[in-house]
Amino acid sequence: MADLKYLFFLGCAIPYRLPSYEVSSRKVLQKLGVELVEMPEFNCCGFPLDPVNHDMMLTLAARNLYLAEQQNLEVMTLCNGCFGILNHVNKELKADKNVREKVNDYLREIGMEAKGTAVVKHLIHVLANDVGFEKIKAAATNQLDKLRVVQHSGCHVNRPKEYIGLEDPENPTILKKLIEATGAKCLNYLDEPECCGAPILGVNEQIPLQLTREKLGHVKAVGAQAMITVCPYCHIMYDLNQPRIERAFNEKYGIPVLHYPQLLGMSMGIPPEELALGDLRVNAAEVASICSQ
Amino acid sequence: MSKLTKAEEEAQKNETVLRTTELDPKFKYEISKLPGAEKVNVCFQCGTCTADCPIARFDDFYRPRKLIRMTQLGLKERLLSDDVIWLCSTCFTCIDHCPQDVGIASIVRALRNLTVAHGHMPAGYVAQVSNILKTGYAYIISDMRLKKRQQKGLPPPPKANLKNIAKLFDITGFSKALEKVET
Ligand code: SF4
Ligand code: SF4
Repeated sequence: MADLKYLFFLGCAIPYRLPSYEVSSRKVLQKLGVELVEMPEFNCCGFPLDPVNHDMMLTLAARNLYLAEQQNLEVMTLCNGCFGILNHVNKELKADKNVREKVNDYLREIGMEAKGTAVVKHLIHVLANDVGFEKIKAAATNQLDKLRVVQHSGCHVNRPKEYIGLEDPENPTILKKLIEATGAKCLNYLDEPECCGAPILGVNEQIPLQLTREKLGHVKAVGAQAMITVCPYCHIMYDLNQPRIERAFNEKYGIPVLHYPQLLGMSMGIPPEELALGDLRVNAAEVASICSQ
Repeated sequence: MSKLTKAEEEAQKNETVLRTTELDPKFKYEISKLPGAEKVNVCFQCGTCTADCPIARFDDFYRPRKLIRMTQLGLKERLLSDDVIWLCSTCFTCIDHCPQDVGIASIVRALRNLTVAHGHMPAGYVAQVSNILKTGYAYIISDMRLKKRQQKGLPPPPKANLKNIAKLFDITGFSKALEKVET
């Protein structure tokens, strides 16, 4: 019997580019007794529209939040972008009467009204705070103590601090602790909280690629065998774009980038195939073999 | 030192000289009425935002502090025609670090929103907006990908209510604004 239940907000980037994140998340959550309820009639969280029309972003986000309020379930996202927007708008709807009224003037035209009473969580908050470290450690029977990795939490799971406040954005530790629960060693590296740059890829490719390259260099310098992400956009930058960076700068990194649930899954003894490890762009076979030792 | 040609001289002048006729003293009030940009006038130009901005480290022109100063001075035309405002990657480091709680990233957003209202939007955004209208998603998820999902045992992604979305685009005035955008 599942004791925890969430409305699953999938977002756009994961079904578009990274089913491996979804496959591995569903797998470990199911094993941990977390039930996911599919979100009805979801639309884009609104994030891509904020730069072009703030009201439109608010309204699209609020439409999703209204649907969540109707279900009376907490929302769980896998994407930092979706989490950031939905959490922010939800809090603004609740705290700011002007925003609430403006947005609901629009929403009422389609028969909806959002109150800002939803609860929005990211996968790492569900794991760390609701499932809890004790249960995760108990499930991680195959301790990965031969593995050395680094974390990259990404920005929107922590910033702006005023709207999230679950950990210090300058020194994020939730993901680090989740990694350590698998038995893997989580190394420190230079400029850990630095942004991946993905949001501006559509406007300028050079800057994000340089940011990503810089981080890969810092990660390589500490001798990490893999990098762990919890956001599809960060993942696209470090994994999917890694070969491109290697070609553009004539360098070799070869750093496998895993979604956190893939790492957790291996520590729970789930075979790598069932965690879609083969879908990763940078070959992670060696990491998988270290994990099975 | 070699002598500058007339054209070079002219170019240099245009770059460095601020003409008072170019300044719109009301612009800072116009911007400060937009959500999140209310505090544009309390920026005291300390430069923390630029120092901590990841984009500023890799671009010679993107300087959040400078964008705020230009807004305060009322360099409206320059700001609304400058592609540099699209480089903010919304990491929100500047929001967390600003001693005056100015909310720089939200001001950059306000500048972008205003630019779009004036009919200019980068191509990448045009594509995403049209995808959202067509499918409810920011990206078009192809039939092949949908089939692969099925093979992996994943449920079909939820279907967006396109009628709702189209209506929201209309009543927020966004559809009208989009008509003005030159592509
Ligand atoms: S950190 Fe804040 S006060 Fe300092 S220059 Fe930037 S916006 Fe202005
Ligand atoms: S939010 Fe934008 S301006 Fe602020 S630090 Fe990040 S990239 Fe720079």
